[in-house]
Amino acid sequence: MKFLYVTAATAALLAGTATAQEVSDGKVKIGILNDQSGAYSALGGLGSVEAAKMAVEEAGGTVLGMPVEIVAADHQNKADVGSSIAREWLDAGQVDAIMDLTTSSVALAVQTLAGERNKVTMITGGGTTELTGKACTPYSFHWAYDTHALAVGTGSAVVAQGGDSWFFLTADYAFGYSLEENTTKTVEAAGGQVLGSVRHPLNTTDFSAFLLQAQASGAKVVGLASAGTDTQNAIKQAAEFGLTQAGQNMAGLLLMISDVHGLGLQAAQGLYLTESYYWDRDDQSRDFGNRYKERTGAMPTMVQAGTYSAVLSYLKAIEAAGSDDAAKVSEQLKSMTINDAFARNATVAPNGRLMSDVFLMQVKSPEESKGEWDYYHVRATIPGAEAYMNPAESGCPLVTG
Amino acid sequence: MIFGIPIQAFMGQILIGLINGSFYALLSLGLAVIFGLLRVINFAHGAQYMLGAFVALLALNWLGLNYWFALILAPLVVGAFGALLERTMLSRLYQLDHLYGLLFTFGLALTLEGTMRWYFGASGQPYAAPAALTGAVNLGFMVLPIYRGWVILASLIVCLAVWALIEKTRLGATLRAATENPTLVQSFGINVPMLLTLTYALGAGLAAIAGVLAAPIYQVSPLMGSNIIIVVFAVVVVGGMGSIMGAIVTGYLLGIAEGLTKVFYPEASNIVIFVIMAIVLILRPAGLFGKEA
Repeated sequence: MKFLYVTAATAALLAGTATAQEVSDGKVKIGILNDQSGAYSALGGLGSVEAAKMAVEEAGGTVLGMPVEIVAADHQNKADVGSSIAREWLDAGQVDAIMDLTTSSVALAVQTLAGERNKVTMITGGGTTELTGKACTPYSFHWAYDTHALAVGTGSAVVAQGGDSWFFLTADYAFGYSLEENTTKTVEAAGGQVLGSVRHPLNTTDFSAFLLQAQASGAKVVGLASAGTDTQNAIKQAAEFGLTQAGQNMAGLLLMISDVHGLGLQAAQGLYLTESYYWDRDDQSRDFGNRYKERTGAMPTMVQAGTYSAVLSYLKAIEAAGSDDAAKVSEQLKSMTINDAFARNATVAPNGRLMSDVFLMQVKSPEESKGEWDYYHVRATIPGAEAYMNPAESGCPLVTG
Repeated sequence: MIFGIPIQAFMGQILIGLINGSFYALLSLGLAVIFGLLRVINFAHGAQYMLGAFVALLALNWLGLNYWFALILAPLVVGAFGALLERTMLSRLYQLDHLYGLLFTFGLALTLEGTMRWYFGASGQPYAAPAALTGAVNLGFMVLPIYRGWVILASLIVCLAVWALIEKTRLGATLRAATENPTLVQSFGINVPMLLTLTYALGAGLAAIAGVLAAPIYQVSPLMGSNIIIVVFAVVVVGGMGSIMGAIVTGYLLGIAEGLTKVFYPEASNIVIFVIMAIVLILRPAGLFGKEA
């Protein structure tokens, strides 16, 4: 009799462990970590959290019969704040994967930290190519865009559209230099010419003096190797000083639909930019865009749509792998084809890079726009394989061995 | 060609320098008035400039009052707020060292900025220029947005009016006398504390005018004041603390110097004013227009 009890108890225990192996802690918990109050809160922020929730709802709220939970926090664009939140989530909070991760410095820190703990990261907010280069881990994914795609997209496509002479307005710090350097390479490779550049201090409010120099250069395209308010100010003032009207085109190297919305079409018209998602691309993207807008009041940026896709793909991979184990899920993600409102028939490279299409856009004029959020002409579709760095040359140890 | 720069580009940069100089002049004028007459180093000046821009924005959004009303309303509102501050708090510090006034106004600036940030967020909000001043004129050497031309004109008028008020009128003479010897002036039956309150209100109102003028050019943001106030202090120091004409002239001159630096060595454009300040302090510690103390 006693023997029977012990056997039954052991069997029950084994059964318990068996389920635990499929989904750890009896639930799947995804952390959205990004800037929720500062300069990047409009392009990611709470919008990304909402997009993640939409993906969970679409998956029915469960995966392998276990509930899916979204948690979110503000990393304030600080690597130390982001790291300590991530550590708490992963070590004590039973979080299985961290996503969004706006701001490259925070993304790099959290990706390394999660890799050491065998946890998945799927980055949509941060832009540096280092995430799929030196810093790649077996469980890290870069989902929405990167600086290489921005340079290739806007750079070579603008040259192909006839914009073969460039002048750069570059933010005077590391991010600006590398964006200028990347773009210069692509422009010259495409047969274009860089006539000059001027470096402005970070957080410049008045660009008039720099814009006059860009105007005097006679370049067809003024490339803005900057971000956030610097880019917005430069564009606003370029319209004021008649650069756009005189036939010079502005190319924002990191601009999203939230920036265009903030600037207004009057100031932003004619601008070239690269995004990997536009709501008005086809029925599927329109459907997602409209549902998102109903919940948040704005159309999603590529970061927000990318976060939706990342969460959805992660859940699909768990379902297919039959487990939420990071190694199995990562393997599954790299072997499946991603198909959703954000990415179409896209594969995931061995270094974790999602090779989805990116689009070269030109901002419409107020007359061309047929309604609210009708902002872009899609000028070119760039296949993922051309937009992103060849994985073999990325420097990721997983690929090069 | 001047120093290898085409003459047209050169002219353009000088004009742009004048536009920036207009803001420096207006703001440093208010600071100079307050310091010259009250001996208070008003660190809240940037916050008062920011409040001026916000009054314009909120008047438009909440009350539907346009730019021209805002240009009158903002200095009145911010001036009244300044008067209240002076009466209830700042006036208690006059007997103490200058440092107390400086610390008080600095704390005040941080409080105002923090409060506005709490309500309106850190990112700026756009404010459209009035329809009558949109568009641009082609001057041949550059395209000048009409609104920026208006900024130069408006600031020149305001600066000269304030200078005339203080240096050329009876009221101004009384004011100056009141700061020189309050007891004597009071014995003539003049309400000296009231004069000082009005002076502070005038200074705050000037900052508010600059804020309204700036609103269509820069985003209306809680941080716009702290971005510019340090430069403006440098202008006042170069001009000579308390010298009203000095503040005006130096404001325009340094605006031009900054504009030209953007042509010759753009990386230095945000420090050139401080380099000039250091040189002036070494050669003429009282400032370009200051009287030797």
